[in-house]
Amino acid sequence: MDLSYSDEQKQIKEGVERFVREQYAFETRRKIAATDRGWSPENWAKFAELGWLGMSFSEDDGGFGGGAVETSIIMEAFGSGLVLEPYLPTVVMGGGLLAAGGTAAQKEALLAPMIAGEKQFAAAYVEKQARYNLADVAVTAKKSGAGWTISGHKGVVYNAASADTIFVTARTAGGQRDEKGVTVFAVDAKAKGVSRRDYPTQDALRASEVTFADVAVGADAVVGEVDGGLALFEGVVDRAIVAMCAEAVGCMDALNKATLEYIKTRKQFGVPIGKFQVLQHRMVDCFTNAQEARSMTLMATLKIDDPDAATRKKAASGAKVQIGKSGRFVGQSAVQMHGGMGVTDELSVSHYFKRLTMIETMFGNQQHHLSRYAGLSMAA
Amino acid sequence: MDLAFTKEDLAFRDEVRAFVEAELPADVRDKVAKGKHLERDDYMRWQQALGRRGWLVYTWPKKHGGPGWTVTQRYIFENVCADMNAPGIIPFGSKMVGPVIYTFGTDEQKATYLPGIRESKVWWCQGYSEPGSGSDLASLRTRAVRDGDHYVVNGSKTWNTMGHWADWIFCLVRTDPDSKPQEGISFLLIDMKTPGITVKPIIMADGGHEVNEVFFDDVRVPVANLVGKEGEGWTCAKFLLANERLGIAAVPQSKRGVDAVKKIARAENDNGRPLIEDASFREKIADLEIQVTALEYTELRALSAMAAGGAPGPEVSFLKIRGSEIQQRITELALEAVGYYAMPYQPALLWHGANEEPIGPEHAHTAAPRYFNVRKTSIYGGSNEIQKNVISKMVLGL
Repeated sequence: MDLSYSDEQKQIKEGVERFVREQYAFETRRKIAATDRGWSPENWAKFAELGWLGMSFSEDDGGFGGGAVETSIIMEAFGSGLVLEPYLPTVVMGGGLLAAGGTAAQKEALLAPMIAGEKQFAAAYVEKQARYNLADVAVTAKKSGAGWTISGHKGVVYNAASADTIFVTARTAGGQRDEKGVTVFAVDAKAKGVSRRDYPTQDALRASEVTFADVAVGADAVVGEVDGGLALFEGVVDRAIVAMCAEAVGCMDALNKATLEYIKTRKQFGVPIGKFQVLQHRMVDCFTNAQEARSMTLMATLKIDDPDAATRKKAASGAKVQIGKSGRFVGQSAVQMHGGMGVTDELSVSHYFKRLTMIETMFGNQQHHLSRYAGLSMAA
Repeated sequence: MDLAFTKEDLAFRDEVRAFVEAELPADVRDKVAKGKHLERDDYMRWQQALGRRGWLVYTWPKKHGGPGWTVTQRYIFENVCADMNAPGIIPFGSKMVGPVIYTFGTDEQKATYLPGIRESKVWWCQGYSEPGSGSDLASLRTRAVRDGDHYVVNGSKTWNTMGHWADWIFCLVRTDPDSKPQEGISFLLIDMKTPGITVKPIIMADGGHEVNEVFFDDVRVPVANLVGKEGEGWTCAKFLLANERLGIAAVPQSKRGVDAVKKIARAENDNGRPLIEDASFREKIADLEIQVTALEYTELRALSAMAAGGAPGPEVSFLKIRGSEIQQRITELALEAVGYYAMPYQPALLWHGANEEPIGPEHAHTAAPRYFNVRKTSIYGGSNEIQKNVISKMVLGL
């Protein structure tokens, strides 16, 4: 068994970490977050140039032949600097859907320019009534000649405002919560009938409410199989969960580092507060939590491409539960140990805390994944 | 000992209800119900209505202008107000500086300051914490140097809540730098309009402005504004902090918070059924409700002991610890209940009362900001770690 990185992987890791350290200082991030777009096109071009956008795609698809490990390496470093660029919705989700279910023509038209940094994506799957159930789909796609007509509303669509293509789940058959009958469509973000209400999110990213009003698409817009889109989409969401867990590990390590530094230097009652046993033990718990989060993320990274869907799902859900638990503990503890400064906008601490909080909710919270895990584990 | 309300208590409850119904402005009630931020004028309209009735300083003894209520009446009043979505009474005048003035102040100070507090005509704020002092209050460094009939104050205060709205500030200042940390501190009342005072906002994690830094640059304060003796301000500070910890349990607010979580869980769907029907979520709410009940009865025991003539003892630190943890747990559950619609950041809906349509359900848009903001409750008023030190030392003798 060898759980260490290869030389190539080490090089990628060092490269992304250097970028975050040298070019993503907290004040720089604050400026990027305040722009209309909410991310930096210069950075995105650099990601393309350095090969990060194609890192995890096969060479046949125009990528560099890496996989989940490379995605985790990149996402962890991004987490440590709270990177705002839309890697998750574009590369992991949109790119992931195309790699797993796209036709050769779709890959050529969409995936290749994405890897080159010329196209961005969004994934529209959240519906108000559905909570975390990906099969609960009320948006419809009805046959119309050779193509389809899509109608309905999707919420909290990350990166929709910058996306060239929005991947949307729609019901093509069956009842509202049936697993069969969901189809994934690639919709041009500027297509007639697509309207958006854009907003910033709590963690300074960008999302939109997207309404599809009789949006006409061709037969070639279907990604994967008609009525069989749920399995495809679930697989990509599971991979996105693991990528996001790696991001959370980066957030936690950065927070722990900041907190440790703070309690070593901040004095109260004449001594550094790190001399108080209650803070020492809490700091130890923070480290333990981050270690467990790292271990579960590693486990999930290595199992996420398992051909057995149950193994994959269990891995993703297990990691997500751990990340939710650890992220909440580390985030809350960092704020508490920083005292009043921890709840201000001025320090980065509250911003890491906010991102970890949103990560806990994204793609299903602890309760949701605990239930999913329990179902899979008890069935076996 | 009796848990049931007497006929008189029930009549009093009806009286309070009728008063709140008639006097609480509808727009203020609506903001509180929706968890929005309030403006100075929102608080003032409600507090002045209470003041006209003689109920604002409901914890004060009769001889200083309080209503002379029993412990049960206070309990009823607080619960009815919270149930009917009245804003919390800003404690700086009524619960903090007022009692310090009537306990330690001169007759002249009582005559000068107490009416403005009773009627909520004057907005007070607190000048305790300093950058670098945190829960170690006695390490404060703001200096007050005697110069004839005045003190000249230099230094800065932080975590000053709502000081940007305040007319007066009560401050702990160091009048003798050479004595031990807790000695040489004095309690000063300072007019915020005095030249040399600058108020600078601190923006919180939820994007809001509620606290400030206050800077004093050669601020001249009449010696007549000293409360108690020079160098004995720590006595006032301890007295005030004990009072502060008592109110900080926020039981009525937490009861309302639990109800709000239930309401959200009824409105949210999970696999085609209301979230409140989900067994694990129900149990979380039930667990929280039991915690609130334990806190409530602990507070009632403390109040009852006070009614029998005891002073609030160090065990009230427990109320602060559990009260803050419960407030935080409520926001965690609300956040959990709203799911994805916790994510949109909609500050205009929180602070300006804008006409903007909320993104997602209306109950969702305050969930995340409240969760972020309420992390402060285990930090302010002496952090929970400090409160535990107080209990271990003063109660358990460790």
